[in-house]
Amino acid sequence: MIEAHNLTKTFRDKKRGVITAVENVSFTCRPGQIYGLLGANGAGKTTTLRMLATLLQPTSGTATMAGHDVATAGVQVRANVGFLAASTALYGRLTAREMITYFGELNGLAEDALRARVRQLADELDMHEFLDRRCDKFSTGMKQKTSIARTLIHDPAVMIFDEPTLGLDVMTARSIVKFVRECRNRGKTVIYSTHVMSEVEKLCDVIGIIHGGKLVAEGTLAELQARFGEQDMEEIFVKAVGGEAALIAAMKN
Amino acid sequence: MNWHHIVTVYLKELRDSLRDRRTLISMIVIPTLVMPLLMFGVGAVMSKVIKTARDEASAIVILGGTDSPGVVAALKADKRFRIVAADGDYRQLVSEKKIRLAVEIPAGFEAALKAGSPQTVTLYHYEGEMKSGLGVTAVERFFRDLREQTIEQRLTDRGLPADVVKPFEVKRQNVAPPEKVGGNLIGGLIPYIIIILCFTGAMYPAIDLTAGEKERGTMETLLCSPVHRVNIVLGKFLMVMTASIATMCLTLLSTGVSVAIGGSMFSGGRTAAAAGATKAAASVMPSIDPLGIFGVFAMIAPVAMFFAALLLTISLFAKSYKEAQSYVSPLIIVVIMPAMMGMLPGIELTAKTALIPILNLSLVCKEMLSGVWHWNYIGLIFGSTCVYAAVALALCVRMFNREDVMFRA
Repeated sequence: MIEAHNLTKTFRDKKRGVITAVENVSFTCRPGQIYGLLGANGAGKTTTLRMLATLLQPTSGTATMAGHDVATAGVQVRANVGFLAASTALYGRLTAREMITYFGELNGLAEDALRARVRQLADELDMHEFLDRRCDKFSTGMKQKTSIARTLIHDPAVMIFDEPTLGLDVMTARSIVKFVRECRNRGKTVIYSTHVMSEVEKLCDVIGIIHGGKLVAEGTLAELQARFGEQDMEEIFVKAVGGEAALIAAMKN
Repeated sequence: MNWHHIVTVYLKELRDSLRDRRTLISMIVIPTLVMPLLMFGVGAVMSKVIKTARDEASAIVILGGTDSPGVVAALKADKRFRIVAADGDYRQLVSEKKIRLAVEIPAGFEAALKAGSPQTVTLYHYEGEMKSGLGVTAVERFFRDLREQTIEQRLTDRGLPADVVKPFEVKRQNVAPPEKVGGNLIGGLIPYIIIILCFTGAMYPAIDLTAGEKERGTMETLLCSPVHRVNIVLGKFLMVMTASIATMCLTLLSTGVSVAIGGSMFSGGRTAAAAGATKAAASVMPSIDPLGIFGVFAMIAPVAMFFAALLLTISLFAKSYKEAQSYVSPLIIVVIMPAMMGMLPGIELTAKTALIPILNLSLVCKEMLSGVWHWNYIGLIFGSTCVYAAVALALCVRMFNREDVMFRA
């Protein structure tokens, strides 16, 4: 379960002064549900997700992840969260097995349980072939599989995906999407950020459109289609953010 | 603090670093090879060059002296000199290093000596040039001998004994035990080398574990784990310290082995010159108070901590490996300066200098290696360095908790 209440994040920039990256964002995501956070580059998706993963402290507002407050119980939150982003890379000089085991150890898994868990994940993700090879020699697909195994090693209740398909080839992107769906089917709470409209349409149970740091629209695909009178997600998105001109202005900022 | 997490992070960083070529080179290859290379490579070449220059007859030009055939003949007969005919300007010949020096014998030199009037022989040489210096020494010795002969002759002529001009002798006798001599000779150099190695050994791992991780995108992955950042910092800190101490130990070991092998090579082999050579080897390898070595190790520990924390803090601020390198490289000079000051003869350990980081270590090591133990200063230095290290480590933890540092765009 993810519950965010009025999450706000401001940064101080030498040239531009105080910047509000995220402003009063509130939403709820239940177990067995995928919440899609849709927004253009710089809309505040990554900042929101980093606050949920306790990598950043909210300036104001609160959020609870699997019942733990992000501001006061960071360690417990992270123990219940799997965070996968384009910016969460692998240790190139470690093998896939070492990489996964390392994060298992940091999550406090006992040796035997950890060994069994690594075997199970390698079975599920079909990783045995490259499990003992160093990550810097991996193809993109192998890297993604290893990253997924890393996020799942402690079997977290909540999964956070920050643009996980960014820059991936079609086949790898498809396998990621399939995996996200499996997470939902296993009853995990999933939040998924992207700027790819088709992924949101295919994958998400609830969609939140974020623009200029604010959540401008929220609902199921059907609700959003009814509200904006459009069938196509892209059209819905453009209308939700206030038209193309608003989108271009925001991109310039 | 969670020791399980600290050890997990440390062991992973150790494994990771041992697979990193740059860290391996700075931590193991360079410290193991640099001293033997310096001693056997550069040292051997240098001593050969000097020996050749010393054995070779000095090429000199004699100016004047036509009315002093005795002196000129003696110079020509001396195997140490090779007389060159002065074609062209002698100053140019000296400058162009075609000759080592020019000897100007004043007109009427021999006649004046007989008459007893004072004379001046001028040597035109090239200041600071090794071969010219060697030539000057040899020529000066030649003329000193000539002067002494002249004095003796004059005394005999007047029927006076030789000790009239030498009423007494001055003799030196060393009372310092050998380890004190050793401590003073290389006591300044050892801490200097250790301090620099301690720093350079920590440099690359510190950059790799912070800015390197940020650049490769693994820092965010690590921060996602349910580990307090203080444990991450301590794990990384221990790794950097390990590298620093490993660098230092390997250098000391390779230096020790090189000196031992070099010493036995010098003293063995040549039987005729054995006595002289053994003496030379002894001066290369002065004995050091072994307790002093332990003292140096004990005192270097908080400095290694200080360097590790400082380097981690600074390189953490950088976004990339290159940026971190540009912040850290100039620091070497900041470290070298106080370390070098410790080698200067005038600077002594006082309550004030005992508080200056690095300089205090350099000074106290010099004392310990020569068997002097000022416990109050040793305590003060150890304590103050521990405080500096703790402050640097606290700063590092603080930096790890700062979002604008960790996610600097």
